[in-house]
Amino acid sequence: MPPSISSADTAWLLISTALVLMMTPALGFFYGGMVRAKNALNTLMMSFSALGFVGLAWAFFGYSVAFGHASRWCGGSEYFFLRGVGLEAQGTIPHVLFFAYQGTFAIITAALISGAIVERMRFGPYLAFITLWSLIVYAPVAHWVWGSNGWISKLGALDFAGGTVVHVNAASAAFVCAMLVGARKDYARQAILPQNVPFTLLGAGLLWLGWFGFNAGSALGANRSAALAFTNTMLAPTATLVVWTLMDLTRTKKATAIGAASGIVVGLVAITPAAGFISPISAILLGGIAAVPSYFALLYRARTRLDDSLDVIAAHGVGGVVGALLTGVLAQKSWNGGVGNGLLFGDVRQFGVQAIAVLVTIVYSFIATFIIVKLLSLVMSLRTEAREEGMGLDVSQHGEEAYSHGEGAILLLDGRTE
Amino acid sequence: MKLVVAIIRPERLGSVLESLFRAKVTGLTISRVQGHGGEIERVETYRGTTVKMELTDKVRVEIGVSDHFVETTVNAIMQAARTGDVGDGKIFVMPVENVYRIRTGELDRAAVTPVGVPPD
Repeated sequence: MPPSISSADTAWLLISTALVLMMTPALGFFYGGMVRAKNALNTLMMSFSALGFVGLAWAFFGYSVAFGHASRWCGGSEYFFLRGVGLEAQGTIPHVLFFAYQGTFAIITAALISGAIVERMRFGPYLAFITLWSLIVYAPVAHWVWGSNGWISKLGALDFAGGTVVHVNAASAAFVCAMLVGARKDYARQAILPQNVPFTLLGAGLLWLGWFGFNAGSALGANRSAALAFTNTMLAPTATLVVWTLMDLTRTKKATAIGAASGIVVGLVAITPAAGFISPISAILLGGIAAVPSYFALLYRARTRLDDSLDVIAAHGVGGVVGALLTGVLAQKSWNGGVGNGLLFGDVRQFGVQAIAVLVTIVYSFIATFIIVKLLSLVMSLRTEAREEGMGLDVSQHGEEAYSHGEGAILLLDGRTE
Repeated sequence: MKLVVAIIRPERLGSVLESLFRAKVTGLTISRVQGHGGEIERVETYRGTTVKMELTDKVRVEIGVSDHFVETTVNAIMQAARTGDVGDGKIFVMPVENVYRIRTGELDRAAVTPVGVPPD
């Protein structure tokens, strides 16, 4: 009997796809609030443009590289330009829907990296970078972990919704980008303050909403696994938020709003690989634990010379690694339908496999990103000139301002410059 | 008694303040202003409407100083505000008839000398 399509599963994945797509604009607002007003549009555009450039790259090549079946290392060319991606069943949902759902992941993963290079990278090279990166780094790693014959998947690594593929992967790339593009000229010389903290909170809130599609959608059906992932996506960040706020209060006696937004995102990142594999009470534990290393990584980063401006490494890297490793500790067969147990429930090997998956992702992403950025830097300059950086990238890269007064603007009519 | 008025780039304000404080100039007022200098024209486009931005955001720094402090103040600003490109701004030094400190009623030199520094 040929596999059949389930209406319930299809309905849930339709909604999930829209939710995850919304996370990229949400990320734009999360990031856009934390930069200076003169770079607000540029930062938002780094996320919004990913919707177009990475989305198209995914449709033409990326999906095939990630979900083709050529080898354990890389998908083939069978789905290039959406050839063979039709209405037939892929699991219990139409193949096109599976393609679209996975595309939203590719988009946000590339956009995540922008946090490491905001306020200084030229926009053209940025677009070239995320497009190439989504094909050369994201798609193969997605194949290894999620492809039916991917080698990490065969090894038995558990990554429910992309802790390694999305978060650890993006953070490793962010490290390379921050290093090669270099620090902002004002970094560690002048106070760089967030232009709109409410934007950042709005972004964090919308990310949380979208993340229900990201994690619970990764069950690829409207089933028990989705219900578990959904509940854990609600619970883990609550614990992270509480622990984060308490650390803030203990350290400075102030519960900061940016801290709250960061805590929510760290909790979401950490639960991502574990969402459908651990019990709700374990999710609370995982969320609470995850707050600590990221909190201190954030404090430490600000004292280093590495200008990972919006802390992609501390939030997504550290949070992603903690989540992936704790998945190997807290996974429980009685909750995940017999998929696997973690260290705490008797399977020591699972923890080792998780560590290998994390390590391989970090190393591959680091090397491949390094090569891409180096090659791009040979053909174009990656950074704006110091003068343009001072003026702000909104004007120099986009010819627009986020908060224009309109005073002193003279209308230019067609074909006339005077 | 002189009033030093400097028009500078907003992004240089941080370093100008730092430079002034290092030169022991501590009393000042700033305001956000817009001006037109010889800057290269900036064209912006919003949905098919193209406009030339003739006014650029600037910061105006006003400092009342005693005569022998004028040079120190001007140098501190000049050094920190300069990028070498058109649009770095101007410094005006103007005579001041009287300065009063509201809290104490002190006049002129005593009024512009920071608290805690003996007037020499």
